[in-house]
Amino acid sequence: MAKAATAGGPNHGESDVPNYLLIESRDHFTSQVVSGHLELAVGLRRAGSAVVLYLVQNGVLPCRAGADSGALHDALAAGVEVLADDFSLRERGIGERDVARGVKPASIGIVAGHLADSWKVMFL
Amino acid sequence: MTTTLTFAIMDAPFENSRTVTMFRIMEAALEAGHDVNVFAYEGAVALPFARQAPHANAVHGRDTAAENHPLPRVWIEALFALAAARGRKLDWVNCGLCVDERGVGEAIAGVRRGTPVDFWKMSVDSGNTLTAGTR
Repeated sequence: MAKAATAGGPNHGESDVPNYLLIESRDHFTSQVVSGHLELAVGLRRAGSAVVLYLVQNGVLPCRAGADSGALHDALAAGVEVLADDFSLRERGIGERDVARGVKPASIGIVAGHLADSWKVMFL
Repeated sequence: MTTTLTFAIMDAPFENSRTVTMFRIMEAALEAGHDVNVFAYEGAVALPFARQAPHANAVHGRDTAAENHPLPRVWIEALFALAAARGRKLDWVNCGLCVDERGVGEAIAGVRRGTPVDFWKMSVDSGNTLTAGTR
């Protein structure tokens, strides 16, 4: 039986469930599939995996403070770590202080690092 | 710890920002000291096409230099240069059948021809693999 990971934290050797980093490049205002991707992230988290959702390109748009992004907040509440690509934020004029509470700006080196650490990484 | 990471890409040049994102991840991997394999399939085999050329933009009144049109082959050349500067390996394989279909056999230096079997071998021999398929 898989042991649950600490909420929001990595699952370093605590159990045999894999850790996931999901890359989301679209926003749910444009594409309905994004809602399904967020449900996937929450489902994986509830199954005991550590889950990082890395928002990139237009995927960063819903993480603006004040944006209507309930599904993103549901993911945060479930313990999914939500990161926003700092380059994509700058491209779109979103300052780091404009990002919703709980979402952390991060460089894309995070993705390479998690790949090297054998996380399962999916470009959704 | 250094490892080898494999990336598979499928989108044709000038089509999708996801290709740029994949290039950025490859760059980060090389900067972190990892070796990188790339398998380009379908339209992505045109990314390193050597005859891509910048152009002017008459609508905006810019000549070629001012337009500074970005070319994927230049970005890939930069990845090869970065790998060399860091003493890492960048192995770029273009699917040969996909190349022939599109007539883009003139690739920049460093790109080699292969088959999906190369992708399988790369993945087996790598620490991890990331795929960005077409949508």
